[in-house]
Amino acid sequence: MAATEELIRVAVEAGTPLLLATLGEIYAERSGVLNLGVEGMMLMGAATGFMVTFVTHNPLLGVVAAAVVGVLLSLVHAFVSITLRANQVVSGLALTMIGLGLSSLIARKFVGLPLPVRIPTIPIPGLSQIPIIGPGFFNHDPLVYFSYACVAILWYVLYKTKMGAAIRAVGENPAAADAMGVNVFLVRYLCVALGGGLAGIAGAYLSLVYAPMWIENMTAGRGWIAIALVVFALWDPLRAMIGAYLFGGLEAAQFTLQARGIDPSLLGMLPYIATIIVLLIGVKETLRKRIGAPAALCKPYYREERTL
Amino acid sequence: MPSWIKLVRRADVTRTTVIAVTAASFIFAFLLASIIFFWQGINPVAAYHDIFISAFGSLRGLYFTTLKAIPLLLCAVGLILVFKANVWNIGAEGQLLLGAVAAGWVALYALPNAPSFVVIPVMFILGAVAGAAWAAIPGFLKGKFNVNEIIVTLMMNYIAYKIVEYLIYGPWRGAGSWGYPITDEFPETAQLPLIPGTSIHYPTLVLAILSSLAMYFLLSRTKFGFEVKAVGYNVEAARYAGISFFKVCFVTMLISGALAGIAGVGEVAGLHHRLIYPWSISSGYGFSAIIVAWLARLHPIAAIFMSFLLGGLFVGGYAIQVSMGLSYSVIHLFNGLILICLIASEILLNYQIVLPRGELKWQRLKS
Amino acid sequence: MLKLKLIEKEKSPKIEIGKARLLVEMRNIVKKFYRVVANDGISLSIYPGQIHALLGENGAGKSTLMNILYGVYRPDEGEIYVSGRKVSIKSPKDAMRLGIGMVHQHPRLVEALSVAENISLSLTDVGVFASPRVIKPRIMELARKYGMKVNPDAKIWQLSYSERQRVELLRVLMQNAKVLILDEPTTMLTSSEKKELFSMLRKMASEGKAVIFITHKLEEALSVSDIITVLRKGRVAAQVAPEEVTVEELARLMLGYEMISTVKREPHRYDGVVLKVENLHVLGDAGVPMVKGVSFEVRQGEIFTICGVAGNGQRELVEAITGLRKVARGKVFFLGRDVTNTSPRLLADMGVAHIPEDRIHVGIVPDMSVAENLALKKYRSPEFSTRFTVMYDKIYEWARSLIKQYSIIAPSEKIPAKHLSGGNIQRLILAREFSGEPRLMVAVNPTYGLDVAATNFILSKLLEAKKRGVAVLMISEDLEQALKVSDKIAVMYEGQLKGIFPVEEADIREIELMMVGVK
Repeated sequence: MAATEELIRVAVEAGTPLLLATLGEIYAERSGVLNLGVEGMMLMGAATGFMVTFVTHNPLLGVVAAAVVGVLLSLVHAFVSITLRANQVVSGLALTMIGLGLSSLIARKFVGLPLPVRIPTIPIPGLSQIPIIGPGFFNHDPLVYFSYACVAILWYVLYKTKMGAAIRAVGENPAAADAMGVNVFLVRYLCVALGGGLAGIAGAYLSLVYAPMWIENMTAGRGWIAIALVVFALWDPLRAMIGAYLFGGLEAAQFTLQARGIDPSLLGMLPYIATIIVLLIGVKETLRKRIGAPAALCKPYYREERTL
Repeated sequence: MPSWIKLVRRADVTRTTVIAVTAASFIFAFLLASIIFFWQGINPVAAYHDIFISAFGSLRGLYFTTLKAIPLLLCAVGLILVFKANVWNIGAEGQLLLGAVAAGWVALYALPNAPSFVVIPVMFILGAVAGAAWAAIPGFLKGKFNVNEIIVTLMMNYIAYKIVEYLIYGPWRGAGSWGYPITDEFPETAQLPLIPGTSIHYPTLVLAILSSLAMYFLLSRTKFGFEVKAVGYNVEAARYAGISFFKVCFVTMLISGALAGIAGVGEVAGLHHRLIYPWSISSGYGFSAIIVAWLARLHPIAAIFMSFLLGGLFVGGYAIQVSMGLSYSVIHLFNGLILICLIASEILLNYQIVLPRGELKWQRLKS
Repeated sequence: MLKLKLIEKEKSPKIEIGKARLLVEMRNIVKKFYRVVANDGISLSIYPGQIHALLGENGAGKSTLMNILYGVYRPDEGEIYVSGRKVSIKSPKDAMRLGIGMVHQHPRLVEALSVAENISLSLTDVGVFASPRVIKPRIMELARKYGMKVNPDAKIWQLSYSERQRVELLRVLMQNAKVLILDEPTTMLTSSEKKELFSMLRKMASEGKAVIFITHKLEEALSVSDIITVLRKGRVAAQVAPEEVTVEELARLMLGYEMISTVKREPHRYDGVVLKVENLHVLGDAGVPMVKGVSFEVRQGEIFTICGVAGNGQRELVEAITGLRKVARGKVFFLGRDVTNTSPRLLADMGVAHIPEDRIHVGIVPDMSVAENLALKKYRSPEFSTRFTVMYDKIYEWARSLIKQYSIIAPSEKIPAKHLSGGNIQRLILAREFSGEPRLMVAVNPTYGLDVAATNFILSKLLEAKKRGVAVLMISEDLEQALKVSDKIAVMYEGQLKGIFPVEEADIREIELMMVGVK
């Protein structure tokens, strides 16, 4: 029993950065913008979050700073791919490179230092007493609860409000959305910025809670896994939760297996192999359920052009 | 786009415009980097001086630059082909590592006692095969099931890292390595010949330049090149014309994987002479090759020059790592900035930016 | 052979021009698209309570002008006044704020969203975080007022064309538009649907709204409008009241020359069966059956046209015949050979040519040169290639001769095909497809969106081919044209052929009813 609780707890903890980043990317892609810079934004978030917390001893300030940096970085992608209509794939790759290089540059003096303050674990009264799932889900730090709230809010907004309809419209058929008076550029900028902010917070979670310290390139591909999870989630915030905790569980299982003497390098491949499998499942599901990627994904929108 | 700016689509772009815009975006990237350096308390002028002098300022620097340009060019030539087909191979890094692993296996285990003229060709062939095989997986998944090749190739990179790590920590750890995670040194028969007085392994250099010439021919003259262009520009029309997407996607991936594999052979058999940490074998050539391909505007011959330019940046990156105590990752900052400035500048190639008032004045002058 | 049929007109109380308050005035509008002048100093006055027809050929500048009024395009020169005030309309949102609404020819709705969601997007009084469901009662009320049937929860992709059009109309009405712009609203409607639409428009005009009706159909302009503005080549050719002109006069104003039909149907002389389709079943993109048991034959020298409203399985049928889509059940025979599920390349080599519906996205590779596009299916033939290489010099030479033969206007065979105009792209495709000396030509809406000259050219080439003994399978939404050139006509509705007749026996009324599934 205790083992199950522990497994859930670790899965949620390891899955939270993936969940936050995936949620953000879902919004960006729903609006028609593929942002492959998640890894870079997470790294900048992790570095900034760590440095600000280290200096101010205030983790909340660290998280906010990480979010701001994530937003700023994502706006570079937004400007290049939405306003300048450049190739979204290449722009996202460039963003990842910038994030990797810049984070290692600005945080070079913080590598390996211990974090002076910790984000406290706050069990939720009542809920954390529920057997099995209580300790697994409701005995965490505030960022985990924040991610739960994000899932609920982002799901509600996407499917139940006019805002959500506008986002989906912009991602499916920007010309129609434009004709209906939706500001395509504004919606896309906002969604990309939201994605950046959440990726930044996801990074801060790694350096403030999960690790907690700063090492160069500490995301180790989690940004890319998040992008794969978007496909697995079929662009649905609720399903993103399942995918993220599945991967969190895998990470937890890794520690157990390593203790049993299996080679850590071989175990280290697991999440990456799983990502490929998850992508395959996602693609098959897309076909079966007939839910595709947003139709205008990766296509820059502009008005003044006449089609022949 | 602010309302006072108007974009007018250009009909044709002259080569001079392309070169000017590319150079301008390169310079702009360095300006941005200097702002960041300045903010970080690093003197950008000193940094660029170090970079330039170390890469291009001496014969020795040029040797090192050439050494870096070899794997960059090989990977970039392959990427030019897949990018032309609008397939996104971001996994040259992993394919390169698999080529290195194949070379290691040939040199240390399969043919440790064979003469050079046998070992070296076998290493190159098996290296190419291994790289191609590594690229075949994402190529197949993309071609058959339309699985996002960007993510799969990236994941394959991480898996390749782990494979090399596993080998050097585990079964292939050298007897004479003092416990370090490296293999034994390759026998001399499996070490590539060098240009005397330098450390340039010329067989790989020759292969790289030949590959770029061959790619030019492939793209501009052959039936397969025609098909690649058709698929890359308009996959629907290509399908309608009876061109198989699967074939183009799979074969371009194989070729690009093979070229990256050859680069991997060159790195371990020509330079390191053993398998070492994966990030020391490659130091990001597979990623930087994307920039080479883009700087060359997907032209295989232009890639030769661009790989030297980026190779110089690598050498400079090492130099400032030593002289200024910066992490090697800073090179990625340059890479990213160059890349983003480059694609941002593309709007200048496709469109003419017209300021309405300026246009009126100009018209008045004309009339 | 087709007479113009005037649709009975419900007369509105006449409003004297000049007495009523001017609602919208456009002055000297100029708009250029990359050296093409679409609007060349157009002025237009719109009065409330009137249906104003904007008549012109394709490319006359009607849609551009209205897109400027609706804020989609910004004019290069000129001014717009609404209710006497000078305005600058920067986006559709601005237009809506000024009470200008537009119903597009292809309804601009998001297929994946519901009716209520689509409509809510353009309503400023629905809050950003409010649920789109709150407007359901308002939709129902308005629909009742104009006698429309609507389900606010239905997703757009589930609706037929005329239902989608109604949704757009509702959307515009719910924004309290004073000016309604309808862009070619009747193109895909049956005659009974047209009548319904016209009576709705009358009702709206009688409530004091101004209706602008863009069309290239003379008889509609004459029958429904209070005033007609004729555009030609980006300029106003005339402004007339419908009582003052005849169809012939109007045609001359619109075209600038007498309308002569150069296309004549030849009596058919056909022999052997070229294409035989037997009980064909094909699935659509969403995995649902789109073609359900279709059988027919096309003979040598015969033009066989399948008419129908778009989306009834025509696309899937054509793709199955040309090898682009898998056949689920049934057989396709070409010259007696079973070619079910054969690759498009083999079929093309055997002599199946295909003029696709979507010229730009399927028919050509816009970034490749005109010559390469002409050789798109021939680059690997022994004529133009060795074992591995393509002989570009030979392709260029051959392309130059085709450009001349098909009068494609292109400065050079080496420029990218994307720089050609729509009509020239269609000529390029036609040249390529006929250069393979096909036995079967599958042509999907081959003249859609082309001007009169290009249409006549394309049709004459198809008739020439027929004379040479080519079997032509045409898919068309243009029933009048189909009646002019075909030998046999079939109607496709919901994946099935509703009857095949020789053209002599075809009755336009009956076919129209079949197209909407009434018969």
